[in-house]
Amino acid sequence: MSTDSNTNFVGKAPSRVEGPKKVTGAAKYSAEFDVPDLAYGYVVSSPIAKGKIKKIHADKVLSLPGVLHVFSHENVPSLAWFDRNYKDDIAPGGSPFRPLHDDQIKFSMQPVALVVAETFELARYAASVLTVDYEQQKHETDIESKRNDGSEPGRGKTGYMPPARREDADKGLDQAEHRIRHEYIHGAQHHNPMEMFGATVHYHPDGKLTVYDKTQGVYNCQQYITKIFGLSKDEARVVNLYMGGGFGSGLRPQYELFLSVLAALELKRSVRVTLTRQQMFSFGHRPHTLQTLEMGTGPDGALLGLKHYALHETSRFEEYTENVVNWSGMLYQCPRTYLSYEVAPLDVYTPIDMRAPGAATGSFALEVAMDEMAYEAGLDPLEFRRRNYAEEDQNKKAPFSSKKLREAYDEGARRFGWDKRPMEPRSMREGNKLVGWGVAGGVWDASMQKAAAKATITADGKLTVASAAGENGTGTYTIMTQIAAETLGLPMEAVTFKLGDTTLPEAPVQGGSWTAASVGSAVKSTCEALGEKLLKLAQKMDDSPLQDAKFEDVEFVNGHIRLRKEPEQSVILRDVLQVSGEREIEADSSAMPNPLNMQKYSMHSHNVVFAEVKVDEELGTVHVSRVVNVVAAGRILNQKTARSQVLGSVVWGISMALMEETVMDHRYGRYMNHNYAEYHVPTNADIRDIEVHFVEEEDPHVNPLGVKGIGEVGLLGVAAAITNAVYHATGKRVRALPIYIDKLL
Amino acid sequence: MSTVSTPSSADGQLRPPVPTAPVTLRINGETHTLDLAPWTSLLDALREYAGLTGTKKGCDHGQCGACTVLVDGKRINSCLTLAVLQEGADITTIEGLGSEHQLHPLQQAFIDHDAFQCGYCTPGQICSAQGLINEGKAHSEDEIRELMSGNICRCGAYVGILAAVKEVVDAKTASKQ
Repeated sequence: MSTDSNTNFVGKAPSRVEGPKKVTGAAKYSAEFDVPDLAYGYVVSSPIAKGKIKKIHADKVLSLPGVLHVFSHENVPSLAWFDRNYKDDIAPGGSPFRPLHDDQIKFSMQPVALVVAETFELARYAASVLTVDYEQQKHETDIESKRNDGSEPGRGKTGYMPPARREDADKGLDQAEHRIRHEYIHGAQHHNPMEMFGATVHYHPDGKLTVYDKTQGVYNCQQYITKIFGLSKDEARVVNLYMGGGFGSGLRPQYELFLSVLAALELKRSVRVTLTRQQMFSFGHRPHTLQTLEMGTGPDGALLGLKHYALHETSRFEEYTENVVNWSGMLYQCPRTYLSYEVAPLDVYTPIDMRAPGAATGSFALEVAMDEMAYEAGLDPLEFRRRNYAEEDQNKKAPFSSKKLREAYDEGARRFGWDKRPMEPRSMREGNKLVGWGVAGGVWDASMQKAAAKATITADGKLTVASAAGENGTGTYTIMTQIAAETLGLPMEAVTFKLGDTTLPEAPVQGGSWTAASVGSAVKSTCEALGEKLLKLAQKMDDSPLQDAKFEDVEFVNGHIRLRKEPEQSVILRDVLQVSGEREIEADSSAMPNPLNMQKYSMHSHNVVFAEVKVDEELGTVHVSRVVNVVAAGRILNQKTARSQVLGSVVWGISMALMEETVMDHRYGRYMNHNYAEYHVPTNADIRDIEVHFVEEEDPHVNPLGVKGIGEVGLLGVAAAITNAVYHATGKRVRALPIYIDKLL
Repeated sequence: MSTVSTPSSADGQLRPPVPTAPVTLRINGETHTLDLAPWTSLLDALREYAGLTGTKKGCDHGQCGACTVLVDGKRINSCLTLAVLQEGADITTIEGLGSEHQLHPLQQAFIDHDAFQCGYCTPGQICSAQGLINEGKAHSEDEIRELMSGNICRCGAYVGILAAVKEVVDAKTASKQ
């Protein structure tokens, strides 16, 4: 792009284009759409984890004036019969849970009834007094009891990679001079986005539905409800313009969608269903995972053998998988590696992807083990990582499309002051606080999915670009506006990006850190297609200076189309539109991953995290006083929103290390701390200095934009770096998260 | 195997809820007369009856701060008060602080410092920050962090929130001197 450009936005730091709507309360979330004649549904949840519903005493609450209906398995109409109708795009193998399908209770807090009433308050009251009789059966909810009952998953869900196994790891370990073997554990975690799941179903007079649902994928939800309820796509439009946080919890359709659509179709009126914060703990979580890491090095610190085993729960009805151990075969150079992974069914709901699924937890175990190994071998933990730097992806036996992790190490160490770190634990102190420094990092997939977009420019020079992507805080509106504006040389104010609506071209679910690559590439290609049309119109103008130019010969800059080689030869874009006489010009296109490049290269983002903790020696309290997170994730589209993604990831890592855990009382088979007061996440007072840096990483292979996605990679290594810093401060090695006070006293 | 019933079945008929009655609230300088049940929270009155959805529901239990509004200039969790109790009070919600084309200084600072991601906790954060400024207690970074800790941000935008609030607090302090 030319140096005189005022329409060069990619890589800069513009503020969020939807910012004014979000800070004034004008942004509408799913449960906030004002629709006429609205009824309210309130969900009744099962108090038992396994058993049968014997009877639902609906009569009493139905006698309350204003209560419209009590939906339950006793009266739900016959719907689609086969499992495949209930399978969404993200569903793992097995039989998806069907709300209100039969009398079986499969997990605690399973929805057993939906009470619908004229007002929210009445629905809530009626739900609270609805008597339900259950026959309780013995449940199993403790993964610790399944240590010997795990099994290798079958096919797993889309994206699941069976762990790579290379040469004999035991042989490598036997030759090692230094060896470690430890178990690492973390409990279940729940996403807990601020906005609770909710749906407003607008029932139109012609029987068609507009469904405003909290989801990370409007198309995924549309295909789910059309298949279950036998609706055509035209009859079920799904919309999500703003999502109050997802973190993976909205990848699959949740039960508020099924219940609100069911109620709207049966009652033939609009219905809103919002879950409670307690019910936010009833569908999908990061699984409680037990991991064992074994590694050994030679005298020079080279890894000679590595074994990584993980076990976590799935539900009785679906086989949830995530890539927990795979990263251990590719983050460091180690030819003799044995990775194994098992799941065991329990009487809980199916786990669901939660920010960097598998990697956030797998890298925790690997990176704490690496720290332990470094100490065993008497090496600085960063130097130990450098000595085992992976020059290629050994799982795939392929070169990386780009990898600037070494540069990230250098940059992070310099910014943090790592060279001043004494090796010995308990060697730094500030008053009554022990101070410790730790390092860790990670690797994450740079993925891309097929996505489509549409672009329309009107005679006044205003461009509208649309693709049914999602905005859950990631900055989608803003980066797509930047890409579109830059591609066609327009000011950002002249561009509107539309998303989250099944009337728009299809985009993949908002997950896997792939939106920037997938939808971004589609937006770019669509704007280029529109550009070609505009060039043709420009060439029809009298005495056009662009007469013989090919598309590659021109550039769109500052509202002009001009020759790259002779920028003074230009036409004003708005003149082209005026002279053409067209009211609007439209183009659509799509983008998909390049299969050749995908085969040839390993495409991944990397990061490294340096953390400082201060531990009160008498009280055992840990404060994270400083974090430097350096990320190598290809091209950064927006420095401001990308930085916020990584800042948020650091907060998540602090949370994972020190606070977050959903605690199950196995007597009841229920998560007990199911509210924001007892499920601890950081507040403002818990957060101190966080520095984010992106290293320059050009990648011509990964996708047309050279981006790798930054929604998840920033979380990797944070919990491990803090755990390692706690060891450095106190000399105590914690291997079970979160690091509560009792583990340090 | 055992049988359980929830809630444990009570004898007799259910008592019908207390009927609704007109409640007059002054919200953002405007008078709203709403037909409300006595157990309707101020939060539900705003969102479901007054059409002011800028105030958010994140827990309904006073644990997250997303529903923070100003009542007579004081920040409160609107889920923890009943609408009928606020008759006669001056209620300010996010919609009353500024608009898209006339942003309040805190709203502008939140945009400038990217003090949010998903935006769902943001109205509560901003109302809370205005309450903090009204209290006049917080000046240092540590004081702001501590006194903004009733508002959870799950996206983890705390660094930006601190910077945004500090900027406005500092500007206020400077203009007083």
